[in-house]
Amino acid sequence: MSRILSRLFLAVICIVHLVPFYLLLNLSFKPTTDTSSKWQPSSAMSWDNFSNAWSEAHLSTALISNLIITAGSIVLVVIIGSFAAYPLARHRTKWNGFIYMLSISCLVVPSLTILVPLYKFMVDIHGMDQYWAVILVQVAFALPLSIFLMTGFMGTVPKELDEAALIDGCSRFSIFLRIIMPLLKPIIATIVIVLGVQIWNDYQFSVFFLQKPDVQTIPVALSRFISQYHSNINWVAAGCLVGMLPMTLAYLFLQKYFIKGMADGAVKG
Amino acid sequence: MPSSQPHSVRRSNAPGKPGFVRRYFQSASALNLMYVPALIFFGVFIFYPLIKGFQISFTNWDGYSPKYSWVGFEKYERMFHDKKILTTFKNTLIYGLGSTLLQNLLGLAYALFLDRKIRGLGIARTIVYLPVIISPLIMGYIFYFIFQYDGGALNDLVAVLGKEQVDWLSSGPRAVWIITLINTYQYMGIAMIIYLGGLQSISKEFYEAAQIEGAGWLSQFRNITWPLLAPAITVNIVLNIIGGLKLFDVIVALTNGGPGYASQSLSTMMYNLYFARQDAGYAAALGNVMFLVISIISLFILYTLRRRELRM
Repeated sequence: MSRILSRLFLAVICIVHLVPFYLLLNLSFKPTTDTSSKWQPSSAMSWDNFSNAWSEAHLSTALISNLIITAGSIVLVVIIGSFAAYPLARHRTKWNGFIYMLSISCLVVPSLTILVPLYKFMVDIHGMDQYWAVILVQVAFALPLSIFLMTGFMGTVPKELDEAALIDGCSRFSIFLRIIMPLLKPIIATIVIVLGVQIWNDYQFSVFFLQKPDVQTIPVALSRFISQYHSNINWVAAGCLVGMLPMTLAYLFLQKYFIKGMADGAVKG
Repeated sequence: MPSSQPHSVRRSNAPGKPGFVRRYFQSASALNLMYVPALIFFGVFIFYPLIKGFQISFTNWDGYSPKYSWVGFEKYERMFHDKKILTTFKNTLIYGLGSTLLQNLLGLAYALFLDRKIRGLGIARTIVYLPVIISPLIMGYIFYFIFQYDGGALNDLVAVLGKEQVDWLSSGPRAVWIITLINTYQYMGIAMIIYLGGLQSISKEFYEAAQIEGAGWLSQFRNITWPLLAPAITVNIVLNIIGGLKLFDVIVALTNGGPGYASQSLSTMMYNLYFARQDAGYAAALGNVMFLVISIISLFILYTLRRRELRM
């Protein structure tokens, strides 16, 4: 293949993949009165769509909900996950092998298959519309992957480190806290990115357990907004654009980590 | 927790402590206490609901009233005669297998093309990967602008070509394929990145040796690239199948399972049965079957692909 041809092909790939984003951007700046084709660039830059979508979809409240739920879940997933992985990686007994298999098998449980009993359970423990309840569910479903990645990573940390510290009189638990924990940074970064994206974008759990408008996350708030204003396509576009903006910005700035983290997470997952 | 014993070695000399407690905290098995919190999470939020769901599937519970009665296997039997459920199963298989096939073909093609040194490569990778980090719900809404009948972006193109406009989402089977394509577009970036990683880990010496022996591009691909990509292929196929079989958000945003029930997946159907039709027993039964199907398919694929890897 000649150079020019491959350049051309590269350009075609980029353009084709950008089409949905071009349409979204174009639509969200178009005044609602402008009903020309979606392909035709907007004649005027209208910011009204954004201000309307922002206030009608309650996106400022939704953003705070998203931050609380994602941050809370990730902190718990990292702590509980690394705790659980340490004995599974270091103290390999038959019983612990079974516990490891049990944890990993939770990966295949589709979250929706247990929707009915989980919903009833949430009502029973008064967890509806509560951040803590959604955080706990998110943690439960994020833990298997986290344990899997952490256990695999700890396997690559030399055991001699632990043994040397044990001889020096360090207790087994403080070996974990002081020696192993600081070495986990790369895998923690991967977990934060992979599971952070997943929890940030989650719709399945949030739509069931967060029904009051003042606790809804961005995807839930958007779906509510869109079912109400679906005829006003420019508002919908503006809402979608604002909704995907935080993650998109994070991605563009930390691209290297996102791509590497997700690929690592997937390959080891 | 052993955390209460940060310096157990020194403290072990403290008098008055029962010996076995002290010895336990010094032993390696005391570490096992560290996975107890995780097990509690699994027990409460995964295993308990799984068992409970099994129980509910044998009742005619409506989802809220305290009264219900046992109906045995009735809900499971009903599934076999329910045409809507059969459509749902067929759709779920298309979502799962169709998007897996497309994501892998396209992801591999892109990776083969991008595995070279040309300018603009990084930009292409960034763009192809971008949809992965966006909520699939939002992706569904964006694609609605393209496929909607009245003023949709695709129909504008059709009009320019002078053909008659099509109501893309009005036909069930077509909607199913459109959703499969959207899912492919959104997540093919992952497959591409994993294949790129796989390609870059193959030593260039193999290709140099093959070129000296006069092997063509196709034979190099068949004899070097393809077998050495086996682990990447396994990961991608398992990942995409599980993701595709669970598809929910895009469907809700684009067709909400319609027209009628024609584009429902198992996930959306379950949601529908529970919240709209108040048939919790049926929904739970469907959930159990979905769990079984996904576990069997993913275990089977993992097993066959791993064996394939070993043979190569």
